[in-house]
Amino acid sequence: MRHILSILLENHAGALSRVAGLFSARAFNIESLTVAPTEDPTVSRMTLVTSGSDEIVEQIVKQLNKLIDVIKLIDLNDGPHIERELMLVKVLARDGGREEIKRLVDIFRGRIIDVTDTTYVVELTGASHKLDAFIEAVNGELIMEVVRTGVSGIARGTRALNVGTPTAAPRSPTKAAKSGDRAARGTVNPAHLL
Amino acid sequence: MRGAEIFVQALKDEGVEYIFGYPGGAVLHIYDELFKQDAVKHILVRHEQGATHAADGYSRATGKPGVVLVTSGPGATNCVTGIATAYMDSIPMVVFTGQVPTHLIGNDAFQEVDAIGITRPCVKHNFLVEKVEDLAPTIKKAFYIAASGRPGPVVVDIPKDVTADSCDYYYPKSIEMRSYKPTGRGHPGQIRKAIQLIFEAKKPMVYTGGGIVLDDAAEELTEFGHLTGFPITNTLMGLGGYPATDPQFVGMLGMHGTYEANMAMHHCDVLIAIGARFDDRVTGNLEKFCPYAKIVHVDVDPSSISKNVPVDVPIVGSAREVLREMNQLLREAEFKALDKSRPWWRQITEWSALDCLRYDRTTDVIKPQYVIEELYAVTGGDAYITSDVGQHQMWAAQYYKFDKPRRWINSGGLGTMGFGLPAALGVQLGFPDSIVCCVTGEASLVMCIQELSTALQYNLPVKIINLNNRYMGMVRQWQEFFYDRRYSHSYMDALPDFVKLAEAFGHVGLRIEHARDVRTALKEAMGMKDRLVMMDFLTDQTENVYPMIASGKGHHEMHLAPGNPQPQPSDRELA
Ligand SMILES: Cc1cc2nc3c(=O)[nH]c(=O)nc-3n(C[C@H](O)[C@H](O)[C@H](O)COP(=O)(O)OP(=O)(O)OC[C@H]3O[C@@H](n4cnc5c(N)ncnc54)[C@H](O)[C@@H]3O)c2cc1C
Ligand SMILES: Cc1ncc(C[n+]2csc(CCOP(=O)(O)OP(=O)(O)O)c2C)c(N)n1
Ligand SMILES: [Mg+2]
Repeated sequence: MRHILSILLENHAGALSRVAGLFSARAFNIESLTVAPTEDPTVSRMTLVTSGSDEIVEQIVKQLNKLIDVIKLIDLNDGPHIERELMLVKVLARDGGREEIKRLVDIFRGRIIDVTDTTYVVELTGASHKLDAFIEAVNGELIMEVVRTGVSGIARGTRALNVGTPTAAPRSPTKAAKSGDRAARGTVNPAHLL
Repeated sequence: MRGAEIFVQALKDEGVEYIFGYPGGAVLHIYDELFKQDAVKHILVRHEQGATHAADGYSRATGKPGVVLVTSGPGATNCVTGIATAYMDSIPMVVFTGQVPTHLIGNDAFQEVDAIGITRPCVKHNFLVEKVEDLAPTIKKAFYIAASGRPGPVVVDIPKDVTADSCDYYYPKSIEMRSYKPTGRGHPGQIRKAIQLIFEAKKPMVYTGGGIVLDDAAEELTEFGHLTGFPITNTLMGLGGYPATDPQFVGMLGMHGTYEANMAMHHCDVLIAIGARFDDRVTGNLEKFCPYAKIVHVDVDPSSISKNVPVDVPIVGSAREVLREMNQLLREAEFKALDKSRPWWRQITEWSALDCLRYDRTTDVIKPQYVIEELYAVTGGDAYITSDVGQHQMWAAQYYKFDKPRRWINSGGLGTMGFGLPAALGVQLGFPDSIVCCVTGEASLVMCIQELSTALQYNLPVKIINLNNRYMGMVRQWQEFFYDRRYSHSYMDALPDFVKLAEAFGHVGLRIEHARDVRTALKEAMGMKDRLVMMDFLTDQTENVYPMIASGKGHHEMHLAPGNPQPQPSDRELA
């Protein structure tokens, strides 16, 4: 199953390569990865989309927590959440095709942000599957270039991940996670988490 | 204070006794400071790999972090094997690598390598010190991270200009890191669940590993053993964590474990694993692993738990803390220890009666097992034993009965040939008055043979037991079993004369060719208290390590030595 992990990590040189290195060394999947500093310049936020069985994702979460530069992380799939990705697509737009593409862009609530005689650049935001659907809908021969940012995500409601607050309730796919062993890191003593 | 001075002062404040190293351009400021003092003693090795293994051996024996100092470029790359060795066995170590000056980093400067990038996959953490103000706090963090939680090696890469720049010196007493907070005490609810299982168990089994040794929890484990009366097995890394001569100890488990340990694993109904990581050499085929057992797993590293085998009662915490709490609860509940007359123990005693470590004691050809048994006798079971990797390592593990932790020092996870000799030097520095032996093979020994010079320079009277079978015996054994005896490149041709070799390095060499001479030679060697003695035992060339679980097999499907009744693998659940 696909999981979106939201990770706070120390904004150190090399922190990103520790995460990337972990995934390649242990043969875990990365579908997408985005990273940028937060409002606190010493902290970066990474959103990482991965997939695997519950056991594998549990191991991914534990291994990430084990990295010294990782301050905290949550699995957004543990609760309701919002997922967004930005995509820029350059398409050939000629003659009759121009109208056809514009219609599609409207249906997908995108915007055309650059126009030439023969091309459009389309901007689209949404959950990844919506962006996929747009690509599907456009005649493949017309697509010149696709640029996607990778997923950003945030939990709905009051659940939030930041340095000051205790880690949210643990996800519990397997026996191990149920018993709280993965809460071994964070600003609170894991003994009090359960 | 200059960076180089800060470096040395920080080591002093950290209480570092020995630093194992090798100089070069990038660390010359530091070497100049080392020259001016003698609180931190520098041990000059002959190859940086030797420095890492020596620091590692020192750490395994003393429990203190090992410390290494090398130059940039080749100095750093020569350390990688030793860092990976420590990483796989969770050994606390701090390795300082010199680096080119900050303004040259990334320039392909002379002797520049990306030490951070190269070591990243085999360290617990690493740091590049970017400015002199960061030096002391980074050193503090490095020692803290290396030694706490699940220990491991930490690399600190120090550019040369940082050691020349100056700032005020301040060494923090303690350190708080928002991103790193190791767990100590186990969750009380989980511990109670484990106790419940202990009460319900009819066929219990305790399986413990390196975590007991690393956490100095041997005393607590021994008490736990006696409170429960349960049978106990140790991994290769856990040997000495429970006294091997205790009647409840059933020997090592796994690929070359005893028949009784592996059979008990297979048939138990409750398995209590503490500080062990369910390595594939231990579990054999995972599909056949402990089919009837509910599993409790105590480990300080959450990622060790349910990694290979799903467990029923995970407990994250220090082995010692959790054992103390369990012992307390067992005492309070007045738990009645499992009696040796109970059916489960009677079954185990029956398995033990097979005497799976039997070997031919009648020949005058030197059997390697015999050398280890005699070594055990001659040293009164009280020596520090390091080993290299191969058959000799397994025989040392099987036949030397370790009653105390930190006495058995070997590379289990990475299986690094060349580890034994430098590690022994580190151990001897930590325990100058104890007997330190290196059990090795002729192929492993030459991989770090240059350290014989280090031993001479610092008067380290290590005893080398070379079980010389003129083969990469472990490789030969696999070729015999699985490759139709095609001994491809496993014969050790053109071997040196080990006696002369020892002499050339300024030590004593002995050659032993007959079983009848083994004891005398060992006694003679142990008698030379202030000399390094290299004993070259010409052993049976074709001896194999038994029992053995071939890959893909389960614990109940062991191969015993020829001449033993081969037990029929039985996979039925015992009553
Ligand atoms: C030729 C060869 C043959 C081998 N054959 C065998 C064999 O037959 N049998 C065998 O057992 N091994 C064998 N090994 C060794 C094997 O490869 C592994 O190294 C070994 O089994 C791992 O031991 P361990 O599970 O005790 O883990 P270790 O590597 O010692 O790991 C320690 C565990 O304890 C945990 N821990 C650390 N500190 C603490 C603490 N404070 N509190 C609680 N937990 C803690 C760690 O997180 C980790 O999970 C062989 C190796 C070689 C080279
Ligand atoms: C550095 C390294 N290279 C290769 C191996 C693979 N290997 C494992 S055991 C072994 C043979 C060891 O021979 P020896 O030291 O003579 O010991 P013996 O098995 O004969 O007792 C080899 C080559 C290894 N473990 N380490
Ligand atoms: Mg050999």
